[in-house]
Amino acid sequence: MSATDPILEIDRLSMIFGGLRAIDDVSLHIREGEICALIGPNGAGKTTIFNCITGVYRPTEGRVTIRRGSGQREAIQGLKPNVINRKGLARTFQNIRLFGNMTVLENVMIGRHNALAAGVLRAIARDAATRDEEERLIDDCRRILVKMRLDPFINETARNLPYGAQRRLEIARALATDPFLLLLDEPVAGMNPHETKELEETINLIRDEEKVTILLIEHDMSLVMNVSERIYVLDYGRLIAEGTPDEIKGNPEVIKAYLGE
Amino acid sequence: MERNKLFRDLRTSLIIAAWFSFLLFPLLVMKVSVTSGAALVRFRWERLPGIAVAAFALSFAWRRALEWNEARGDKPSGAGPIAALTARARSALAVKPIRLSVSAVLLAVVAVYPFALGMYHTNIMITALIYVILALGLNIVVGLGGLLNLGYAAFFAVGAYTYGLLWKYAGPAFVAAGVDPGWLFWIALPTAGVLAAVFGALLSLPVLRLRGDYLAIITLAFGEIVRMVLQNSGAVTGGATGISLIPRPWFFGLRLPPRQAATYIYYIAVALVALTVFVVRRIEDSRVGRALEAMREDEIACEAMGVDLVRNKLVTFSLGAFWAGIAGVLLAAQTTYINPDSFTLWESITVLMAVVIGGTGSIPGAIGGALLLKLLPEYFRPLAQYRMLIYGIAMILVIIFKPDGLFPRNRKKYTFEGAPSEGGASPAADGQEARR
Repeated sequence: MSATDPILEIDRLSMIFGGLRAIDDVSLHIREGEICALIGPNGAGKTTIFNCITGVYRPTEGRVTIRRGSGQREAIQGLKPNVINRKGLARTFQNIRLFGNMTVLENVMIGRHNALAAGVLRAIARDAATRDEEERLIDDCRRILVKMRLDPFINETARNLPYGAQRRLEIARALATDPFLLLLDEPVAGMNPHETKELEETINLIRDEEKVTILLIEHDMSLVMNVSERIYVLDYGRLIAEGTPDEIKGNPEVIKAYLGE
Repeated sequence: MERNKLFRDLRTSLIIAAWFSFLLFPLLVMKVSVTSGAALVRFRWERLPGIAVAAFALSFAWRRALEWNEARGDKPSGAGPIAALTARARSALAVKPIRLSVSAVLLAVVAVYPFALGMYHTNIMITALIYVILALGLNIVVGLGGLLNLGYAAFFAVGAYTYGLLWKYAGPAFVAAGVDPGWLFWIALPTAGVLAAVFGALLSLPVLRLRGDYLAIITLAFGEIVRMVLQNSGAVTGGATGISLIPRPWFFGLRLPPRQAATYIYYIAVALVALTVFVVRRIEDSRVGRALEAMREDEIACEAMGVDLVRNKLVTFSLGAFWAGIAGVLLAAQTTYINPDSFTLWESITVLMAVVIGGTGSIPGAIGGALLLKLLPEYFRPLAQYRMLIYGIAMILVIIFKPDGLFPRNRKKYTFEGAPSEGGASPAADGQEARR
C-alpha cells in the first residue's frame, strides 16, 4: 500500500429518501494528510454525505471504505455511529450539538469515552486503576483544550460559551476520540472574519501536528480556498467538479451551480 | 405598572369568584331532599359568600404567586431567606467537626428509631425505606439516563415474587432438609436483584429507539403485562390470591417474634438504602455516569462520540431494575404476603412522583421525596380521602415554583483546579459546584 492510497473512499454512493435522490452516485476519496473541502449550494447533499459516512444514515447504494495506517481496507457503510467513531472517524455538527449543561472539560471527557475501560463494576469498586485512569483522563482532556485554546473556559458550562468557542469545543470533543479523519460540518458558520482566521490556523494545526486528515463542509469560500488542497463540488446530490482551489474557481459548471445560468 | 397589574389581578379574581359561585351553586348551595315522594329544594344562601370569598382569595393569591415566580425568573435563588439558610448550612457542613457531629446525630437517630418509637412506627418507616430504595433506583433511569419509565413497579413485582416463589417452591425442600427457611431471604435478595436486572435489560431492548411519549407508553404497558401475567398464571403464582406466609428473615438461625423481626428488617432496609446511595453515587461519578449524562443531553452527539447507546440504555434499565428487585424482596419479607395488587401502575407513578418532587437526578431528592410521599400520608390518615387531591396540588406547586424539585440536584461537576497556563498543574475532580 502506498501512502497515496486513500484513507477514505466513497464508491458510487446513493442515498434515496422516498422519491428524493439526496445523493446520486457520488464517488470521492481522501488521501492521508489532506485537507479536503466539500462545497455546494444549500441542499446539495453535503451533510447527507457526512451522515452516510458517520453512520447516521445507511446509504441506499454504494460503499464507504476506510484504511487506517497500513491496514486492510474495510467497509463501514451501515455500521452504527459509535462503531464508526471507534474506527477513527470523528465529526462535528452543523447545528452545534454540545452537551450544554455539562462543563467544557466534561464535554471533552465524553469524547474520551472509548479511551477508558472502566465499566459499572469498576465504577462501583473504584480501584486504583480506575482512579489512575480518571486522573490521566483529566490531564489528556486539558491538553486537548489547551491546544484548541479553550483552557480559559475549562470549567465553564458549555452552553454559556461564546459562539466561536462552542464551535471550537465541538472540534476539541471530536479530537478527543483520537480520530485519523476529522469531518467538520461548517466549522466557521456564524463566525466573524477574525474568528474564521483563527479557526483556519487551528485546522492547519490539527493536520500538521495531530496528523489528522480533514474533510470539511463550508460555505465560507475564503476559508475553503485558503486551507483546502482539493475541493469537491456537489449540486443536487451529484458531484459536478473536483480539483484544486484554482481549478474550481475557474470551472464553468461550478459557477453555473452557484450563480445560475 | 405595578398598580395596573394589581388592579388587573383584583378584577380577574372578582370575575373568577363570580364564576365559581355560579358553578358551585348547584353543588354547594342547592340541596334537594326527597321526602315522601316530593322533592324539596333547600337553598343554603349562607354558604354563597364563603364560596365567593374563598374563590376570590385563592385566585388572587395564585395570580400574585405566579407573578412573583415570573419576576424571580431564572435568577439563582441566592436572595431569599431559605437560600441563605441552605447556603449557611452548606458552609457549616464544609467544616469537618460539624459535618462529623451532624452525621453522628443522624446515625444515632436512625439507630435508636425502632426502639424509641415502637413497632407501628418502625413498620411505617420500613415501607418508607422500601420506597426510598425504589426512588433511588428509578432516579438512575429517569434522573441520570433521562428515560421515562412508567412500568417500574414491574421490577418491584419481580423482586417480591422471586422471594415469594422461592419460598413457595423451595421452602418445603429447605424445611425437609432441616435448613432454616430464614436463609431464603438472603438467597432471594441477590437473586431478585439479578432477575429484575435481567427483566430491565429485556425491557430496554424494545425501547431502544424510543423517547418521550412512546417510551412512557411502552414501559407502562410492560408494567401492566407483568402484573397481568402474575395475576393470571394462578397455578404458579397463586393468581390474585397471591402468596402468603412468606417468612421474615431469621436472625442467624433464630426465628424472631414479629416485633423484633420488624426491627431487624428495619436495620436491613437502612443498610440497603446506604448501599444503594453508595453505589448510585459511585456510578454517577464515573465514566458510565458521565456517558448517561451525555446521553440525556444529546443522543446523536453522544453516539457520534463513540458512546454505545444500546449498551448505555441496557445498563440504565438494568441498574434501575436491580434496586427495585431488592426493594421487592424487602416488601415481601415485611408484609409476609404479596399479591399483584401491590404492583399497579399507581405504585410506579408514586415512585416517579417521589423522584420528581424531590428533584430529578438528585440523591437527597429521591430520599426526601420518597420519605415525604410515604410518611406524610401515614401520619395524616384523617386526610386519606383527599390524598390524590393533595398529591396533585403538591405536584403542580413543585413544578411551577420549584421545577428542580425540593432538594434539587447539586451535580458534581468535573473541574480543573490549577493555574490555566501551567503545564503540570494538579488535576482535581472534586469541585462541588452548584448547578447553574
